[in-house]
Amino acid sequence: MVDNNRYIKRKFGARIWLSGGWLFFLILVTLFAPLISPHDPLAQDLFASRLPPFWMDGAESGYYLGSDSLGRDVLTRILYGARIALIVALIASTATCLIGTILGIISGYFGGWIDLIVSRLVDIWMAFPPVLFAILLIAVLGTGLTSIIIAIVVIDWTRFCRVIRAETMSQGAMDYVSSAKAAGRPKFGIMIVEILPNVLPTIVVLLTLEMGIAVIVEAILSFVNLSISTDFPTWGGMISEGRTSVHQAWWVIVFPLITLFFTVLSFSQLGEGLKDRFDPVLR
Amino acid sequence: MEDNIFQIHNLSFDVSDMSRKPIIGAAPKLQILKDITINIKRGDVVGIVGGSGSGKSTLGRIMLRLLEPSSGEILFNNIDITHLTEAQLRPLRRRFQMIFQDPMSSLNPRHRVNGIIGGPLKLQGFQNINDLIRQALDLVGLPSDFKSRYPHELSGGQRQRVGIARAIALRPDFILADEIVSGLDVSSQAQILSLLQNLVTELGLTLVFISHDLSVVRRLCNKIIVLQEGEVIEQAKADKLFDEPKHAYTRELLSAIPLPDLTQIWE
Amino acid sequence: MNSFLQIRNLSVSLSNGQRVLRSINMELKKGEVRGLVGESGAGKSMIGKAILGILPRALKIDAGEIIFQGKNLLNLKSNEFRKIIGANAALIPQDPLTALNPSHRIGPQITNRLVDILGWKKSDAIIKTYDLLDEVQIADPERVVNSFPHELSGGMRQRILIASAFAATPKLIIADEPTTALDVTVQKQILKLIKEMQIRHGTTLLFVTHDLGVVSKICQSLSVLYSGKVIEDTSVSSFFNMPQHEYSKALLVATPKYTDPKSDLIPVSEEVLTSVNGEIARADKEWVNGR
Repeated sequence: MVDNNRYIKRKFGARIWLSGGWLFFLILVTLFAPLISPHDPLAQDLFASRLPPFWMDGAESGYYLGSDSLGRDVLTRILYGARIALIVALIASTATCLIGTILGIISGYFGGWIDLIVSRLVDIWMAFPPVLFAILLIAVLGTGLTSIIIAIVVIDWTRFCRVIRAETMSQGAMDYVSSAKAAGRPKFGIMIVEILPNVLPTIVVLLTLEMGIAVIVEAILSFVNLSISTDFPTWGGMISEGRTSVHQAWWVIVFPLITLFFTVLSFSQLGEGLKDRFDPVLR
Repeated sequence: MEDNIFQIHNLSFDVSDMSRKPIIGAAPKLQILKDITINIKRGDVVGIVGGSGSGKSTLGRIMLRLLEPSSGEILFNNIDITHLTEAQLRPLRRRFQMIFQDPMSSLNPRHRVNGIIGGPLKLQGFQNINDLIRQALDLVGLPSDFKSRYPHELSGGQRQRVGIARAIALRPDFILADEIVSGLDVSSQAQILSLLQNLVTELGLTLVFISHDLSVVRRLCNKIIVLQEGEVIEQAKADKLFDEPKHAYTRELLSAIPLPDLTQIWE
Repeated sequence: MNSFLQIRNLSVSLSNGQRVLRSINMELKKGEVRGLVGESGAGKSMIGKAILGILPRALKIDAGEIIFQGKNLLNLKSNEFRKIIGANAALIPQDPLTALNPSHRIGPQITNRLVDILGWKKSDAIIKTYDLLDEVQIADPERVVNSFPHELSGGMRQRILIASAFAATPKLIIADEPTTALDVTVQKQILKLIKEMQIRHGTTLLFVTHDLGVVSKICQSLSVLYSGKVIEDTSVSSFFNMPQHEYSKALLVATPKYTDPKSDLIPVSEEVLTSVNGEIARADKEWVNGR
């Protein structure tokens, strides 16, 4: 079945390049946002309000993707909004991954009362409707980037925990684990040296998926104004503000929406592509 | 006084039968092993045979403390290892090793061969590990450049040899082989069995060979223990067992083997 | 045209060109029990799968014919093929656990086959199911009909699969290593059962196995396969008394017979393998030249 594998590898090549490419590009422009943005993201200019994107009539130079009702440049705000999205994505997903994975591996490997406690915890936790939970948390913690990150971690760690626990249990039943025991490897050694490498592809997929989810959650929260202060641009905030003028200036909603869509899509596709790269077996 | 490398006294093992658990209360216990007493003499090659459900694999794993018995004692070299902690057991573990049935699941798919063989060596504090790995691969007839391969780059027979190399690299006194040729075709089986035979002589090993296939067991073992449903039905020297089986179940096992021989009549 | 099934020059390969079946020629008479022996990877399962039309997607048929009931199966449109094979052939698979649907009870799994595929009436199918369970000597049919697969033993599950295979009284049955996953005492019962049912129904049986001992108990003729090529094709008595090909001889010597403990188990030697691989290479050269 060699040829089948080669075929699969080729397909994923495109996937990784496209998604990774987009994300890399996004990270670059985000880092250099102050240098390359045509304008100040907060600067309002009522004389330049509702300008269309560059290929349409009535466009003005310098406002490539148009401007919103307060004359702020859409492109600049998208670039700065990307900073928020990426910061949340990277920090929240990493923290969620760490907590969920550690608890998942421990409960999956040890079983017994440790597993009982963690599993009950996960069951109860997952009974809360996530969006409501998030809003509740923000109400308690107040708005701001840290609160969003905490909210995402608090809600989503169970996703990692459940899946990693199941994977750990199935790997733990394998004979190579028994063999490690027979050689005298201590329990923590088994979890890290033997089991973790086999669970890694799953972790990678979940991590990138979580990044996409984090971006969406931030967008939802900023859509309902529960994110950061309303001045600093966020994609969700732009979409929310753009609703009122969607008929006269559709570009205010559409461009942030497209960027949001491609970013989330890229995260999940990157995960799919990386998972198979990580796996030397590829059966 | 016999020199017994392993002694099993009154060993029992139960599991809870979750499929028959009542709504309130504990599940009934299923007895996998019932009061087993066995002695393994140093230098012997002992075959443990029985059908599925006989408990032979479970017995093997309990001997090596990979599973905990419900009651009874295990003695290795006259040391009671039944209740030793993992830390106390660790230095002893290199003296008794195991080769597993399924070469697919007994090798960590993410480790290369030199990690698979070298891991236990490092754990047990050996020095010059690379030499030991090379020697082990040599003993099982694999080229040393297999060190850098992953399990999925090996055939079933080759993987099984890596499993054997891993076990003998530690230079144990005792090896448990759990159905190690069951998944292999006839030619690979013959190769592995003659390899094992050579290793037993060369390295002075005591071997316990678990199998459901009596033909294979006869080739290798000088003593045989027959298990049925967790109990020892019969134990005898191999020749004696095959020529004059005492128990009805042993006779049934013997007559069930399909020999490649047209003169054997099955009724 | 006395043959029941005829395979002519069947060649199957992977998409990268590697040959899996090399110009297989085989002829089955009605009611014959033919063993297909060989080591893992020799292609013995593939022949059965080619007949039933269940070859893995990655394989393609390069050439050859499978003549059954006067038609070349490989040329038929898929619904015509399904009609012929569905009514006339069945498979006893290797692994009873994965062949049965774990979420359905046993009874419906057998009756549904009769009702959906063969258009029987439900009431007839239920009666037939009980008859079948009786025929495969299941002592407790009521309980079994209402059980799930995981509640039954391996031997019991295999009996059910045998019952399922014989349900529509097919003319051809392909048994793909049906006892490999079973205990030796259970294997004996299952083999005897298969043989009894084959005799009773007059079914033609193609029995795939790597175990020469099993072949000697149940088959009348056998074909030895190596690397997708038929090495020897003869009656069971000729084979065990006087194997012709050196590879066949080597296989016999490598098979353990507990009655002869002093003889060593000799794996198939390098010389034999080289020679046989040489034959394969020559056959491949001809094949490439002929295309």
